[in-house]
Amino acid sequence: MNRRQFLEGTIFFIPASAVLATLAREAGAAETTAGAGAIGSYVPANHYYGMGIEIDKCIGCNRCVEACKAENNVPPEPFYFRTWVERYSIKRNGEAEVECISVDTERRSETPEQEKDTIRSFFVPKLCNHCAHPPCVQVCPVGATFSTVDGVVLVDDNRCIGCRYCIQACPYGARFFNPRTKTADKCTFCYHRVVKGLNPACVEVCPTQARVFGDLSSKASRLVRFQRMNKTNVLKPALNTEPKVYYAGFDGEVR
Amino acid sequence: MIAEIPQGLQELLHQVTGYIYPNEIEIHWSILIVVYPYITGLVAGAFILASLVKVFNVKELQPTYRLSLLTALAFLLIAPFPLLLHLGSPLRSFEIFLTPNLSSAMAMFGFVYAWYLMGVLLLEIWFEYRRDLVVLSQSERPPLRWIHRVLALFSRDASDAGLAFDRKAIKVITIIGIPSAFLLHGYVGFIFGSVKANPWWGSVLMPIVFLMSAIVSGIAMVIFLYMIITAMRNEKIDMKCLDTITSYLFYAVIVDFSLEGLDFIHRLYESEESIKILGELISLKLFMNLVVLQILLGMLIPLGILVIARLKHFNDDMRKLLYFIAVILIQLGIFSTRWNVVIGGQLFSKSFRGLMTYKMEVLGMEGLLTALVLLALPFVILAILIRILPTRRLGEPPATPA
Amino acid sequence: MRVPDQIVRLGIVTAAILVAAVLVRFVLIPPAFFSTKLHRSSTVEREVAKPISFAGAVACRECHEEEFERKESGYHKTLACETCHGPSARHTEDPLEVKPYAPRDRKFCPVCHAYDASRPTGFPQINPSAHNPLRACITCHNPHDPVPPETPRECSACHAQIARSKEVSSHALLPCATCHTVSRQHRISPRSAPPSKPQTREFCGGCHATGSENPDAPKVDLATHGDNYLCWQCHYPHLPEAR
Repeated sequence: MNRRQFLEGTIFFIPASAVLATLAREAGAAETTAGAGAIGSYVPANHYYGMGIEIDKCIGCNRCVEACKAENNVPPEPFYFRTWVERYSIKRNGEAEVECISVDTERRSETPEQEKDTIRSFFVPKLCNHCAHPPCVQVCPVGATFSTVDGVVLVDDNRCIGCRYCIQACPYGARFFNPRTKTADKCTFCYHRVVKGLNPACVEVCPTQARVFGDLSSKASRLVRFQRMNKTNVLKPALNTEPKVYYAGFDGEVR
Repeated sequence: MIAEIPQGLQELLHQVTGYIYPNEIEIHWSILIVVYPYITGLVAGAFILASLVKVFNVKELQPTYRLSLLTALAFLLIAPFPLLLHLGSPLRSFEIFLTPNLSSAMAMFGFVYAWYLMGVLLLEIWFEYRRDLVVLSQSERPPLRWIHRVLALFSRDASDAGLAFDRKAIKVITIIGIPSAFLLHGYVGFIFGSVKANPWWGSVLMPIVFLMSAIVSGIAMVIFLYMIITAMRNEKIDMKCLDTITSYLFYAVIVDFSLEGLDFIHRLYESEESIKILGELISLKLFMNLVVLQILLGMLIPLGILVIARLKHFNDDMRKLLYFIAVILIQLGIFSTRWNVVIGGQLFSKSFRGLMTYKMEVLGMEGLLTALVLLALPFVILAILIRILPTRRLGEPPATPA
Repeated sequence: MRVPDQIVRLGIVTAAILVAAVLVRFVLIPPAFFSTKLHRSSTVEREVAKPISFAGAVACRECHEEEFERKESGYHKTLACETCHGPSARHTEDPLEVKPYAPRDRKFCPVCHAYDASRPTGFPQINPSAHNPLRACITCHNPHDPVPPETPRECSACHAQIARSKEVSSHALLPCATCHTVSRQHRISPRSAPPSKPQTREFCGGCHATGSENPDAPKVDLATHGDNYLCWQCHYPHLPEAR
């Protein structure tokens, strides 16, 4: 075997053995989960999910962040968030000062006095925008992240190679690298709840209903009503990612 | 705390200035991803230097032709390793070949790499060396005899007609090879340039800037190796060759500098939403690496040295010294260029409101030590390659000893 | 035309590589590996199979109809049960063994109701260190129907400052007339008929002496507490927490 063939070998044969090993594992897994996918009468093609957030209703209580971590087994450390809440303070000179109230919750409980030069201040919850045109899906080299028919962007953590290109490509900082699974991780709109007719955990616990979850394909849905009642905007619209998280009471400084 | 949490994230929290999205505290692309474009740049640059001999008939460069090819091969063989070691799940890396996502720039890696390695570089090297291998294996003892036999694919044809075909084949391969080398490194630039979320990266000029800096670094690396190798063999450097390569290096640096300057002025003049944070990025985080290392030490001073070396009629030894200093500075500069792109692009928040800090590991998988080993390996491979594949053509007059 | 020797040799190598590649791709690796559809559906299945922690308010209603109805008609109607009681799916599966969390101390309610300048105008907020600091919130407010407690208002028209202090104190629920006797004349001509004020330690002792009947009031032994000073020389009756 010459060098060419040897190189060929390293490129094809070594991976091939790894492929076979992986397949053996996946074949075992496929049988156990077969059939678990059928959830009653749920038909994905009949739904298209999005979320509405009414900034004027958010009280910055961080219940959503804690609920998300509890529901989705997100690492508790303050470097990993599927959703988080930001505080914007608009200053007299028009500039905004921003902090993430979900990172340092200890300091938050001290209720800081509003600074004198702040003319306006509000909270903005953030999460994956489940873009209709998601840059993370576009760049994933192995197709491990994808949009479902019902409009949710998911990560296949049996498939993700951990290159973190998707994290770089997300304009919203919505993705993180899960230190346990060594794969990219992000909000799933609580897909496991949604298909069973429940609200995502953050929406469920929000005390002021600042978050509205719903089906864009159904005219009677709460989200469509939210869109009818509010003038909405999305984050970074110029990037043409077509986010499906719509903000009402959106300030120009929010990004 | 779970054990797998990267060390030091807590400390980094206190080194944030302004506001960053909470998930952004971790810098995801480490020094290994700095090493990757640096190495592929050397590959593309060295190959393009080699092509000058065959396609554009620059006869003066003949002494470095084979060295350029072997340099390109040595670095290309190591190029995938920084990527592989950086993956969260390296055992799944074969998916990138088997089930690539066709819309992903990164998924093209497997194809671009395999094509360049096998469709271009190995082929050209084979044709270039085939006759020498045939001749060598006839007069040698095993095991080298066997190695050369196999490498020649058991060819025994040392005739002039065969050689003539080799030459023709090389010409064709080189003509295909130049766009392929452009593709190899332009593609690396595209991986960064196509990220619209990141204004430091997202620029249409990125692939072409990558390409020009690749040519600069590749030429400088071949000059460096040529000077070292002739010194080690106690031979005389072909000054005509050296002067010619450095003049190409000079033009390449000029073009590279102009392109980077254009990119900079364009950003400044357009002054988009991100301009403020990018200004802070340069002044607070990248001043040393960008202004001092990349632009001043890595570009302006070598340019000055090259200009002086050409204008003043120094003697050979002085010119050699000046060239040597220039190419080392250029290597330093291009490595900083890669650093400033890869790490620099991750030091500011996509909220455009704050800056992060990169704390490099030293001993870890993605640490300094791994990077140094990966940077040293191509030289080891090159040493072995040169032993098997002589850099001087058979029948060529041996260089005069120094 | 004769095919050159080089092409033949390279052709053989290339063919070998291609055959190997085709063999690996189409024979060695089962087609399922390449099926994007299969990978995606199995991802969806794994996602769907993940356990639920928050049962959802609809599930709570099945057993706790009364609390639910009460909550639904009050200011907390937008809250889910698990906003305060925490993830309770396991409670719905085994109601007897697993009990949900019920926040009874003062730490919980300020998560939402502590004053914060960034909270929307009109959202009820208090200053936890000044608002009746020693009492648990649920002594005065029913979390399932959190109306502000009915504090006596009849005097606040004139004595607003006192009323405001008293409203956030542990005496909030006491009518003014508990301690003051107010004649009808006071309302017509306040200065001509001032209301009475307690005169003795024993008056406060009516609630605060050991053995008195009021269960909520903190108790002291009048014989040993505070020498012979009068209570209000140390405690301000309208805001007893203040010192």
